Amino acid sequence: MTRVMDAPRIVTTKPLVVVRNVDKNYGSVQALRQVSALVYPGEVLGIVGESGSGKSTLLRMMNLEETPDSGTYTLDLPDVSGNLFELDRFARRMLCATRIGIVYQNPHHGLLMRHSSSGNVAERLLVAGERNFATLRAKAKSALAASEFPLERLDAPPIELSGGMQQRVQLAKAIALEPALLLLDEPTTGLDVSVQALVLDTLKRLQQERRITMVIVSHDLGVIRTVADRVMVMRRGEVVEAGLVDQIFQDPQHAYTQQLVHAKL
Amino acid sequence: MTHVLDIRSLTKGFVMHHLGSKMQAFADVSFTVDPGEFVLLKGANGAGKSTLLRSLYRSYLAQSGQILFQSDHGQIDLAQAADVDIAHLRRTEIGFVTQFLLARPRVSAEAVVAEPLRMAGVNATNALDQARHWLETFGVKPELWRAYPTTFSGGEQQKVNLARALIRPQKLLLLDEPTASLDANARAALVTRLADLKSGGTAMIGVFHHPGDVEKLIDRVIDLTPETQTEVVRDDVVI
Amino acid sequence: MSLKSLTKPWQPMSYGFLDASAKRELRRKMLKSVAVPGCQMPYASREVPMARGWGTGGLQVSLTLLNPRLRVKVIDQGADDSVNAASIRRFLALVSGAPVTLDTLGADLIQSRHRIPEEIMREDQILVLQVPNPEPLRSVQPNMSIARQMHADADYGRMWLQLYEQIVRSGRVMQGAGYPSLVNGRHVMTPSPIPRWDVPKLNMAKHLSILSAGREKRIFAVPPFTRVEPLVFDDVPYRVEDHGGLTCSRSTAKGFFMNEIPQVDGSSTYEVSDSSYGVKTIQNREGDDVEFGETWYKDGEMTQ
Repeated sequence: MTRVMDAPRIVTTKPLVVVRNVDKNYGSVQALRQVSALVYPGEVLGIVGESGSGKSTLLRMMNLEETPDSGTYTLDLPDVSGNLFELDRFARRMLCATRIGIVYQNPHHGLLMRHSSSGNVAERLLVAGERNFATLRAKAKSALAASEFPLERLDAPPIELSGGMQQRVQLAKAIALEPALLLLDEPTTGLDVSVQALVLDTLKRLQQERRITMVIVSHDLGVIRTVADRVMVMRRGEVVEAGLVDQIFQDPQHAYTQQLVHAKL
Repeated sequence: MTHVLDIRSLTKGFVMHHLGSKMQAFADVSFTVDPGEFVLLKGANGAGKSTLLRSLYRSYLAQSGQILFQSDHGQIDLAQAADVDIAHLRRTEIGFVTQFLLARPRVSAEAVVAEPLRMAGVNATNALDQARHWLETFGVKPELWRAYPTTFSGGEQQKVNLARALIRPQKLLLLDEPTASLDANARAALVTRLADLKSGGTAMIGVFHHPGDVEKLIDRVIDLTPETQTEVVRDDVVI
Repeated sequence: MSLKSLTKPWQPMSYGFLDASAKRELRRKMLKSVAVPGCQMPYASREVPMARGWGTGGLQVSLTLLNPRLRVKVIDQGADDSVNAASIRRFLALVSGAPVTLDTLGADLIQSRHRIPEEIMREDQILVLQVPNPEPLRSVQPNMSIARQMHADADYGRMWLQLYEQIVRSGRVMQGAGYPSLVNGRHVMTPSPIPRWDVPKLNMAKHLSILSAGREKRIFAVPPFTRVEPLVFDDVPYRVEDHGGLTCSRSTAKGFFMNEIPQVDGSSTYEVSDSSYGVKTIQNREGDDVEFGETWYKDGEMTQ
């Protein structure tokens, strides 16, 4: 009994994110093959898969950093319409700067390491046109507080902070404008287990309190199991299975998913 | 009045790819449940009682058949519905009491219990008050309320689990041996709460090792032991 | 008709030093930069008998605009009599026969390094500013290709972030000279390293300002009556240098931008930076008949 992506829905509303039939080739390498994904408002979609499965490529496409060879991407927001892959560079930048937040695995990618932490958060507000210093500071502070960043280190540059703290700054930056969609690319990979747990707690709390729609990519099944509502399993650029988190972990259908779940310590 | 649940020819088996084998759990199960009805599932070990409950909750994917659930939004086939719909129904209409608590680490007992209410939009203070009430009812010591349940004993964990699962009246409640590892007082509290919910119209399907505790609540018993079903059906199953 | 009758007789040097095609390019680029205020236009900076970085950008613009009736004034940090200003002034006169002056009111073209005169400039005057570094984004984006893209997108978040960081670290905006300013609500430019004191003079000014960087080969302009707004937060007001209360020790002029002259005993005296205005004040005190123009600042406060 297979359930297609578009199984009839009678209860919930429209999906916020619709990615359809995305193909991407890098030379002769097929990075993504006919990948489709739906994300509903307020839910956390987890994407798991081994290295090279295309999960991060898909996430970067959702952040409009990459354009697929074919496929469509729509966001159900009042002022956004059409296939976002067709937007020009400027429109993409504005959309990503105001409506989509992203946390990268490597904080060097997402942060200005020698600016202050509050400045890193403020930059996003500045791009959106905030021009009041006191407001900037207050908003940066509240975003950092929501990410459970120690406020006494408000103006410390990320380079002086630990990995876990850097991820919190990234998170604060990503949620500063209350994005419609929060993308997380291996946000806890490379952190100590205890720090990783704390960052995941923060994510979970944010999700419960603010109902932020999230897509989290990780190769770590434990991370996905902790924060995701639904899971998409990818392998070699294809989606092999998708389902509710407990179903994927308790009753995996696909041979690869079973192997993956059984490999979990 | 319509049935809350109308299960038609439900079949579930597992394909174990690494062994290259298949295992049949149950086949061609059909029954209905009405509002306020308490159905007891009976059967030998391995007859598929827990599997059936999990298939109804969609932790397991049924292979064929229908699970027609009368939700507030109309009739919906739980075997076929989209994942998001199931996630929504779990938050609002379908509850599941498991044998084990799978609590998130570093979350206090009272927060774990309050969570279903928070998800349903109850404000934090109100939700915590109710959570404490139910923790007390099931006999969890107040000094443990703010501790992390991951460190609790099996019995205490189960009490937290019950409080969490039963804090909100649901339309359909699935009970998978909730009385295992409970002391007598907690068991009594559980039976009282179940009776309350039942009179409030909650339909329940339960698996109990010692159904004696809930004898008074049982309306109907369904035996899943394979011998009581027709052999023919099992042969027909194609996984 | 012969070729000879159609061409000018051979000369050892073109009028105004630069050859005709160089001047044509500069004219076109000036028109372009006036058309898009504050936007940097690239041009092929020519060799002039002066080292790059000494005002070759401004010199090329002045050489292009020169004609025998155009009266020229050249200042260097406010002074007409510095070596650099005097040399450029003499060179301009030499190659064009243009008359020169030290008086702001009498000049048609003012080439300046790092100052704007204190007397308000008129519609018929042109200010040419020498620019060492035309790219305001250089400090936040070392890659010029990306910086150009940021200008195209009006993506000045990083620029603002720099100001934010300065306030966070030092309690105030540390940008001294060349305060980044938004021109016509669109392009952020560096107004060349003029002091903060001079930036408000560019806002809705009657005169045309042309800013030219010879080494960096970029030209940009502030046309007359164009908004020039220094980047400031709503709640952190723009502050000019605290020179409003200072008095010139030589001319007794008060309320203008001053040069600080350190003294042996560790104290300082001040001299008015705009030397021509100082000279006029002294002449006036000695009873000469001197014409003063309206000044942008009155008693140390910006008018309007």
